[in-house]
Amino acid sequence: MTEITITSYIILGTALFMLLNSAAVAVYAERRIAGRIQNRVGPNRVGPFGLLQPIADVLKLILKEDVTPHNSYKLIHTIAPIIPVVTALMTVAVIPFGEGIYATDINAGVLYLLAVASLGVYGVTLAGWASNSKYSLLGGLRAAAQMISYELPLGMAVASVVLFVGSLSVVDVAVAQENWWFVFLNPVGAIIFIIAAFAESNRTPFDLVEAEQELVGGFHTEYSSMKFGMFFLAEYMHVVINSMLMTTFFFGSYHLPFAGYWLPEMGTAAKAILDITVFTGKTAFFVFLFIWVRWTIPRFKFNQVMKLGWSRLLPLSIINFIVIAGILFFFFNG
Amino acid sequence: MLEQYMPIIVLLGVALVLAIILMSLSRIVGPFRPNKTKLNPYESGMDPVGQARDRYSIAFYLVAMEFIVFDLEVVFIYPWAVAFMQHGVGTFFAMVVFIVILFIGLIYTLKKGTLDWDMKNIKFEATKN
Repeated sequence: MTEITITSYIILGTALFMLLNSAAVAVYAERRIAGRIQNRVGPNRVGPFGLLQPIADVLKLILKEDVTPHNSYKLIHTIAPIIPVVTALMTVAVIPFGEGIYATDINAGVLYLLAVASLGVYGVTLAGWASNSKYSLLGGLRAAAQMISYELPLGMAVASVVLFVGSLSVVDVAVAQENWWFVFLNPVGAIIFIIAAFAESNRTPFDLVEAEQELVGGFHTEYSSMKFGMFFLAEYMHVVINSMLMTTFFFGSYHLPFAGYWLPEMGTAAKAILDITVFTGKTAFFVFLFIWVRWTIPRFKFNQVMKLGWSRLLPLSIINFIVIAGILFFFFNG
Repeated sequence: MLEQYMPIIVLLGVALVLAIILMSLSRIVGPFRPNKTKLNPYESGMDPVGQARDRYSIAFYLVAMEFIVFDLEVVFIYPWAVAFMQHGVGTFFAMVVFIVILFIGLIYTLKKGTLDWDMKNIKFEATKN
């Protein structure tokens, strides 16, 4: 554990700035890739290749009227959009982006990540409840049931990683993957984590929370202008954050595959650049995976979602956890 | 020890300020012309019928109750997962027993149909004859 210096705050600020920008980039990437997948062009008018489209979108959202329906619970209706944005931003503090490049290394980092991630459910549920619209309430209830259900397999999958590391520090998780990524040692856990992460960020095939065809807009039916924009921003930040978590927990964090065996010694600056490039590349790949899946797979029905979560993923993740613990305890204890 | 948490508190402050500024921007810049129809909650163009906060399916409550039980299990597992390699066989089998008991509980509740959303097993009185 290192001292908190001015460098930590510089890293924190940079990471925060990059996360906010990456949400904008993810929105642009989603629309362009969706265009490609559906054999059309996508936005290409605002700036070169339509790159300024996210800025134009935000400007439009800011210039719209902020409507609060008359029977709604005004205070909660206003607070609700803040919660998902703040919780998404707060995860960035403990994620290591390279060797020694992290804002802080707390000894309960994994628990902190899970705790902050599970606070996000409040924003969606309170938004649905406070709006006093039937569509919003249904969307909010679905969100609550779905997100708490998939938190359990997610937690168990992360616990099966902690078995290998023997520490709850996220930095230790990253360091432990120098030779073997955990996806090679714990493939079932990785698959469970990816599915649960999709459900946690409310993306297709688990986007019943907003399901346009049945619930209009789900929990954000009654939100307009920048309040809606906050939910929109939070959704894409959660996509980026969940991609970072997949990279950190299962896909080697900032390490190249089996880097400990073949990667030669490098200078600090060169290593830092390589680390950040590798981490960003992997995160970008998972963001692409999120988008790819969204435009490929249709939505589940709600009973299928609950069945998958409770009677498939949860027992599987518990069995996976206890089997890995047994193998480690009896064969690698020395 | 606790100074490791300083950046997190700073980040919380920055994130809150950022979110509030973003949200109040549209209040300041955007127009504000409310009228009665605009402030009605959306209900497919009809006048809204009653309140939205009505009774809803008991299945949602059951999911929440199940969640608390199994989330506590996950939280209990973390400290064990960190330290189990340094302890003896007794520690290992203590956790195996704990997980097996909860696993039997999970199978019982699944078989009992508390998390059954298919509606196949629910018999409606009116459809009998």
